[in-house]
Amino acid sequence: MANNYYDAADLRKFGKITEWSEELGNKFFEYYGKVFEEGALSAREKSLIALAVAHVVKCPYCIDAYTKDGLQKGITKEEMMEAVHAGAAIESGATLVHGVQMMNKYDKLSM
Amino acid sequence: MATKSLKARQDELAQTNKQLEILDGGIFADGELPYFKDKISEIGHFPLRPKKLEILQINVGYMCNQVCEHCHVDAGPDRKEIMTKETMYQCLEIIKTTGAHTLDLTGGAPEMNPNFRWFVEEASKAGIKDFIVRSNLTIIRANKKYFDLPEFFKKHNVHVISSMPHYTRGKTDKQRGDGVFDKSIKALQELNAVGYGMPDSNLRLDLVYNPSGAFLPGDQMAMEKDFKKALLEDFNIQFHNLFAITNLPISRFLDYLIASENYEDYMYALVEAYNPAAVANVMCTNTISISWDGWLYDCDFNQMLGLKVASKIKHIKDYNEDILNDRNIIISQHCYGCTAGAGSSCQGTVA
Repeated sequence: MANNYYDAADLRKFGKITEWSEELGNKFFEYYGKVFEEGALSAREKSLIALAVAHVVKCPYCIDAYTKDGLQKGITKEEMMEAVHAGAAIESGATLVHGVQMMNKYDKLSM
Repeated sequence: MATKSLKARQDELAQTNKQLEILDGGIFADGELPYFKDKISEIGHFPLRPKKLEILQINVGYMCNQVCEHCHVDAGPDRKEIMTKETMYQCLEIIKTTGAHTLDLTGGAPEMNPNFRWFVEEASKAGIKDFIVRSNLTIIRANKKYFDLPEFFKKHNVHVISSMPHYTRGKTDKQRGDGVFDKSIKALQELNAVGYGMPDSNLRLDLVYNPSGAFLPGDQMAMEKDFKKALLEDFNIQFHNLFAITNLPISRFLDYLIASENYEDYMYALVEAYNPAAVANVMCTNTISISWDGWLYDCDFNQMLGLKVASKIKHIKDYNEDILNDRNIIISQHCYGCTAGAGSSCQGTVA
């Protein structure tokens, strides 16, 4: 076993998770495939959402996968970076909006 | 971007046996990935056999005004392999008698062959249904002697198929060289101006998209939609169809894959995307590729790998379509490029 937690080559083995739980694994991949099909949102839009989420959940496998997926779909690097910023803005916004809770608590405890 | 061909750089990969060694060795020899032969055996397609001949693809020379990073021909200004008029005469004899409905001229930049115009004029008299010239676009703007090419193509009712890696400048120039995007846009506008690519025009103008890096092309229809929208909105350019073509791991693209440490991942991606439904329609089953010096190949890629047809007819001087069609197609691991996803051919997807 590798002496590190992440190995880029492990992404290729993702499908193997079905080996230890076939039904759930298959259901997951079927769902996953369906989600990224062309629908009310285009496959291109979904790819950018996935890229943004990949960064927010800090998943190196997903970042590799959706950078490549974006390239395949002709998405430009400017579009990719804007998607990452959209994710980052929500993430930092989520932190900052808790500032209101802090302010509320501060005010309540203060004379 | 490279400025010289692998051949001019005397790079080891300019040797076809070196490329074949790589394609047969490594992850395939280790058993990590299956050989193409084994994959197509599973569905009863080995040996791969030709169907009816539909396309004669003639490579009139490896000389080109560009040195694209991904070029499977290893073409460039330093390549001197050019089809002679004598060989063209032999090709014309074949064109007159072939059962193929499509004639496909490629290169290099075919327009750089000094006898290109004469050959087009003669070949267009043969009554071929679809007469394609693969033009890299920038050649039309490279020198004033080429400025009238759109009119020339129109006069001979040539079907123009042009490479256009992306509808943005950055991506195009990175793959093909500085200034290629602007010249290509100008050339497309000139083709449009004489009627090429217009919605109801019989003057066919199709574009070829191939990825500018170690990834596979996306969905052809979706890409076409994006290209059409962007080129029309930004440059008022119209075209008919977009062909999404997968880069095959040979020649300069193989060199790029190895140098950028993407080779193994790319081969994994190709094998993973293997689509059995694409196998029956791969282009080697309906095409014959003729090299600048008259040798016959199953496809342009096999030509660049030096893999002449497995037939007693190996050269146009002995050409016989019936005997030639009764052959086994030569395959190696580069063939995974034509069976990935929706499949890939010089005419776009096949599945």
